[in-house]
Amino acid sequence: MSLTPQDIARIANLARLELKPDESERMLTQINGFFGIVEAMQAVDTTGIEPMAHPVAAIQDITLRLRPDVASEPNQRDLNQQSAPAVERGLFLVPKVIE
Amino acid sequence: MSDLHNLSVKALATLLQTKEVSAVEVATRFLARMGGNPHNAFLDIDSEVTLAQAQASDAKLADGTAGPLEGVPVAHKDVFVTRDFATTAGSKILSGYRSPFDATVVQRLRTAGMVTLGKLNCDEFAMGSANENSAYGPVQNPWDTARVPGGSSGGSAAAVAAGLAPAATGTDTGGSIRQPASFCGITGIKPTYGRASRYGMIAYASSLDQAGPMARSAEDCALLLSAMCGGDIDRDSTSLDMPTEDFSATLNNSLEGLRIGIPKEFFGEGLHADVRAAVDGALRKYEKLGAKLVPISLPRTELSIPVYYIIAPAEASSNLSRFDGVKFGHRAKDYTDLVDMYKKTRAEGFGNEVKRRIMTGAYVLSHGYYDAYYLQAQKIRRMIADDFQNAFKECDVIAGPVAPSVAWKFGENANDPVADYLADIFTLPASLAGLPGMSVPAGFGAGGMPVGLQLIGNYFKEAQLLNAAHRLQQATDFHLRKPSTLA
Repeated sequence: MSLTPQDIARIANLARLELKPDESERMLTQINGFFGIVEAMQAVDTTGIEPMAHPVAAIQDITLRLRPDVASEPNQRDLNQQSAPAVERGLFLVPKVIE
Repeated sequence: MSDLHNLSVKALATLLQTKEVSAVEVATRFLARMGGNPHNAFLDIDSEVTLAQAQASDAKLADGTAGPLEGVPVAHKDVFVTRDFATTAGSKILSGYRSPFDATVVQRLRTAGMVTLGKLNCDEFAMGSANENSAYGPVQNPWDTARVPGGSSGGSAAAVAAGLAPAATGTDTGGSIRQPASFCGITGIKPTYGRASRYGMIAYASSLDQAGPMARSAEDCALLLSAMCGGDIDRDSTSLDMPTEDFSATLNNSLEGLRIGIPKEFFGEGLHADVRAAVDGALRKYEKLGAKLVPISLPRTELSIPVYYIIAPAEASSNLSRFDGVKFGHRAKDYTDLVDMYKKTRAEGFGNEVKRRIMTGAYVLSHGYYDAYYLQAQKIRRMIADDFQNAFKECDVIAGPVAPSVAWKFGENANDPVADYLADIFTLPASLAGLPGMSVPAGFGAGGMPVGLQLIGNYFKEAQLLNAAHRLQQATDFHLRKPSTLA
């Protein structure tokens, strides 16, 4: 299989990336080059195999923990916003979303 | 003492505990060596912060409250967030970012007494095998400045090899500790997935990322790893609830009867003759030390390349969605609306390799392709992990090369990302299986460049790996050799 320029445009939109025409073209060639080595994966019979998310699950049962839903961190609003591009009165500023 | 920069972590710790040197003296010596940023290894240096930490360490040494590594300097890969130094993950999108907190690994090493020298260059978001993907310029290999240091923890490996830091932290997703350690002739270990907390480690591929130490010897790595590992159950949902372990305790155990599995797939035609010769030499040494070499097979070694380069970009595309120009870092100047602001910010802030992986990841997760790619890769991942469990029925540790070649020259693979991907073939299988793996200096190959031997252990067998590496280092001096450029 091979991706088309339309696929690249669709994925770039999903990924919120603006690509210049020459970048899109290079991306298409390189991603298709990569999918050349992915072909081998498609031929593997994986019937009955469980997908593995946590690698240590190969030898023991692993359950991803949830911690109790209680506040554990102090208020650090100023520190958390110190590297934000635009902040006003403790709020993150973004371009207008609702007209 | 003018040769402080040549001393091991262990030797420095002893001199500090016996007060033969002060933490300030040690820090001052390393800061002087870091002046002018040799090899472009560092991304942030702040001597005031470092010296203040050293003074605090001297106070603890004086009043008897010192930690085991009190006053010994360490430098951190720039994917660990730090309060006192800028953190960029090698990316322009995080230019000038300051974290409100320290990563757990950073905090644990500070609690053990280590003094932070600064932040180390790396491939952008840890994506790369040559450190050529850093937005802040490549790192040079101290053994030959025309060659790459490996990646993605290239700054970490170069700093230790050049005597700019006695030890460094690294992260390993698909080989990012082991491969640069091999290329720069130092020792590095990636523990079992879940051993070291990922809290505060900027995420690349969450089901693969692990932190580990890089230093000159296995003995030094054991000291750092003991301090770095331990459960962090409230802050990292994948952290394993295991007690801390003293990885130094069994370093000197005999290797008599140790069964070393040799996977035939690691010695095929892709392996360069010079690397093979060095690896064979190390294996012969192991036989002299009483170990037995056992032929084994890891039949899906080649498949680990597509499986990894599906899973890691998929997770990356999700993890990197947080970089949107709103909460931190770079924001584009001109845009028409919110979506345009996202797109332009990300286009300006991310480098080519990061964009490529985000695109690949978004594609394999998109509607209609998820089962064929991502799920299929996760299933083969389990088969690869099972292959290791079969192999470990016949052997205790697995040994082979870290990479097919020694460090290459800058620009050699620059226009062909797939060539870089293929060079990861020997480190990817253990990453996918979440097994501990390390690189140990095993000799020299083409151009006088270092060659690393890879050791892979079963889950939680870090102590056994470090023991095997330490015994080899007692019988060889490859880890003590230094680049000729090193004063």
